[in-house]
Amino acid sequence: MITFDNVTKKYKGMSVPALDRVSFTVDAGAICGVVGLSGAGKSTLIRCMTGLERVDSGTISIGGVSISALTGAELRQAQRNLGVVFQHFNLLSQRTALQNVMFPLEVAGVARNEARDRARELLDIVGLGDKLNSYPSKLSGGQQQRVGIARALATSPKVLLCDEFTSALDPINSKSILELIMRLNADLGVTVLIVTHQLSIAEQSCDRLIVIDEGQIVENGPAKDVLESPKSRILRAMVTTLTWS
Amino acid sequence: MLIRLIWSALLETLLMVGAAGAVSIVLGVLVGAGLVFFSDPALGRNWPVNRYLRLDQVLSAIVNVGRSLPFLVLMVAIIPFTRMIAGTSIGTKAAIVPLTLGAIPFAARVVENSLREVDRGVVEAALVMGASPGQVVFKVMFPEALPSLVLGFTLTLVSLVNFSAMAGAVGGGGLGDLAIRYGYQRFRTDVMAATVAVLIVLVQLMQWGGQALSSTVDRRR
Ligand SMILES: Nc1ncnc2c1ncn2[C@@H]1O[C@H](COP(=O)(O)OP(=O)(O)OP(=O)(O)O)[C@@H](O)[C@H]1O
Ligand SMILES: [Mg+2]
Repeated sequence: MITFDNVTKKYKGMSVPALDRVSFTVDAGAICGVVGLSGAGKSTLIRCMTGLERVDSGTISIGGVSISALTGAELRQAQRNLGVVFQHFNLLSQRTALQNVMFPLEVAGVARNEARDRARELLDIVGLGDKLNSYPSKLSGGQQQRVGIARALATSPKVLLCDEFTSALDPINSKSILELIMRLNADLGVTVLIVTHQLSIAEQSCDRLIVIDEGQIVENGPAKDVLESPKSRILRAMVTTLTWS
Repeated sequence: MLIRLIWSALLETLLMVGAAGAVSIVLGVLVGAGLVFFSDPALGRNWPVNRYLRLDQVLSAIVNVGRSLPFLVLMVAIIPFTRMIAGTSIGTKAAIVPLTLGAIPFAARVVENSLREVDRGVVEAALVMGASPGQVVFKVMFPEALPSLVLGFTLTLVSLVNFSAMAGAVGGGGLGDLAIRYGYQRFRTDVMAATVAVLIVLVQLMQWGGQALSSTVDRRR
């Protein structure tokens, strides 16, 4: 479902690439974790997938569409196959929960009534059926992230990308948001990529685990195996000093 | 008598501020949106035309020219243009021309600043949801910036009251004109005092109204 083929990305003014010849695949329906230290290139990986950053070489394809080669209207079309959940939620503060979830449908040209029905249904699924008309400022962080997840699912994407999606939440809310993602993965069959520095999240939810260090993949395999016998310097350090919390 | 004088001067001031405000806010929105749109790599920075001629820099330079002229100088310098538009260079209607021209760059910067304050994360979220650059500007940036835009437009209108008094002093009518002609030249202290009082109340009311409107449309609290 997700294929990275020899992807390299170097930011202007940086001496080393943020992603260095990255290749991996994620099967449809899997939950794949990406862990690494701060600055390893995790967010860059997601930004390249969403088209926010252009890659320098290599290709990224999602559901068979090589998104890294697209621009303009074609890119926008392909982006509807991706749902993105953000660390800081990034909800539109001047729109209600319902209107936030309607936003991706509106920009895709879906009729208003249809968009509203779909948004209601999604907010129900994430457990916010009673907060349709609340503005983000009146919702807790956990509730805002639920709106973010409902919004990410609005266009029925095949892939859900989550960058540090629980970092702004307390452990209880993190856990329930993670469980929601796992349920959506099971119910809707959506492929999930979770970027995190919390190994506990990877351990609980991921089928596969990718470890990156300085832009390179240093481990890639079934999550259980990777966590049981960490081979890379970086994961060993993470396992011992512990970012389990 | 005093009341009549003040009332008709107030109406002239309101006409000048209202007309110049309306036109300059509309054009300020367009120019301000252009400044943001063409300078942002995620929006219109990479438009083909921008490769040869940086539209944002051109707009910005024009705005700076407008902002660098003191209002009095601008007003005198464009007298031929004012005549062309209004048919005359004196009177309230004529004063609207330089007032508008002076306020457009001001309003444009106000709009630009408000749009730039919109959270980058929200803009990027809209982009990855497949919003086009135009949709980002009109469906995300403007609505998100609304409370700040309302305050900015209030600032623009209050500055216009100030400028209109200056325009009045050189034959534009309005409260400034009244203060100069009666209060200063004819030593009518009562007119001067009344004019000052009306101006103070007017500005207070505008500021209060602007702030009230801004917080009514603000959903962030
Ligand atoms: N816009 C940018 N311009 C220049 N360099 C950047 C930019 N964004 C990221 N970088 C650099 O690229 C590298 C990878 O950054 P990235 O944000 O992908 O790390 P990360 O793994 O997400 O880190 P964190 O865990 O702190 O979020 C870092 O060295 C960072 O400084
Ligand atoms: Mg990051």
